[in-house]
Amino acid sequence: MQDMPQSKEIVEVVGEFLRQHVIPNLEGHTAFHALVAANALDIVKRELEIAPQANEEELSRLQTLLDKNGTLEQLNRELCDRIQSGDITLETPGFADHLWQSTLTKLAIDQPKYSGYRRAEGKI
Amino acid sequence: MSTPAEELSTQLGSVLQRKLGDISRIEALKRLSGGASQETWAFEGVTDRGTLPLILRRAPGGIAPEGRETAVTLATEAALIRLADKAGVPVPPVRYVLEEADGIGPGFVMDRMEGETIARKILRDEEYAEARPKLARQCGEILAKLHSVPMDSLPKLRHSPAEAEIEQYWQTYKTHGHPHPVFELAFKWLRSNLPGEGRTTLVHGDFRHGNLIIGSDGVRAVLDWEIAHTGDPMEDMGWICVNSWRFGNIDNPVGGFGKREDMFAGYEAAGGPKVDPERVKFWEILGTLKWGIMCTTMYEAFKSGMDRSVERAAIGRRSSETEIDLLALLAPRS
Repeated sequence: MQDMPQSKEIVEVVGEFLRQHVIPNLEGHTAFHALVAANALDIVKRELEIAPQANEEELSRLQTLLDKNGTLEQLNRELCDRIQSGDITLETPGFADHLWQSTLTKLAIDQPKYSGYRRAEGKI
Repeated sequence: MSTPAEELSTQLGSVLQRKLGDISRIEALKRLSGGASQETWAFEGVTDRGTLPLILRRAPGGIAPEGRETAVTLATEAALIRLADKAGVPVPPVRYVLEEADGIGPGFVMDRMEGETIARKILRDEEYAEARPKLARQCGEILAKLHSVPMDSLPKLRHSPAEAEIEQYWQTYKTHGHPHPVFELAFKWLRSNLPGEGRTTLVHGDFRHGNLIIGSDGVRAVLDWEIAHTGDPMEDMGWICVNSWRFGNIDNPVGGFGKREDMFAGYEAAGGPKVDPERVKFWEILGTLKWGIMCTTMYEAFKSGMDRSVERAAIGRRSSETEIDLLALLAPRS
């Protein structure tokens, strides 16, 4: 167990530092790239908050859907193979719901402001 | 000692003076950002009657590239712009195509047109408020003309109908090796829903924001003919409807500024055949998948060490945007 602060607190404060103290003093390309960097730290922060539980839920859905055990990566590869072989289709119970849940989690971490996500969440 | 830019300026000035006559010299040569595969330079051509705003498109460092799989050569690009011009597509007039004897590599000189290419400005700024409602129809009209360029007049181009596009992106996706169940679903759907026989025409291949110069009066020019090919004309209409190019205006499927029906009406009014919306939707789905895979390709460029910028790395996390769009298209929730 690590000591305080937690990694999400560190990432958060570095992002705040960039936005409040660094970016206002930059111009042009460097300012743009610093903003991209701050946004990238936000992705990490959200992933640290959301992924632990969401990954457990994804693993459990995959185990049910595929009726086998494995790591997240192994089961995702297996799912890909079974989509290609036609063994799993949109008619397979739980499949569409699984894709939606996993994709909504990705967006909640990567890009919660994206129009497609906000539409899916009923916010626009 | 002169810098490479000064040297290019001197050489280009003397080439244009010899070949174009009315230009006595050039000024203010400046490299523009954007366009990774080709150099783009802005400069002024000085004539007796004042200066002409011009653009030079040139191979990087003036060296002819090895034939890349999908991009056309600069000479082909110039030829396509001239053919499109003849067909009534708004394009910057090509003034001169560089020759080997000119000694500055493959490239061409065209007019630099006034206007905006940045989507957020076009979609939000007051200056374009009057143009916005007209843009979807204009895009349809322009595409009808672009697709009317006679096939027998075209330079040698890659032929890429739906099956070839799908195969190309499947290979890229498989090479990267990261599993994307939503992409797999999209590939499966696309292969099972290939459009039937249709027209084969010139396809621009990247008809969207960034490649359209827009002014307060509407679309002024279509740029970036680098990935033009022959194939299904509906590819161009599907591509401009991809949600990633709507920049938040999700209910205006054409570039965030207009409706599909307006674009189709413009297409038909300008001489294009009746549009099959299902065929356009097929290409919108394929276009969405293509952009998702392009995002992962940019991450690969970061991973390989070719481009260690934060921007390159972060764009990999934008492939999920296309996954939610693909789900909304393929498995809408009731």
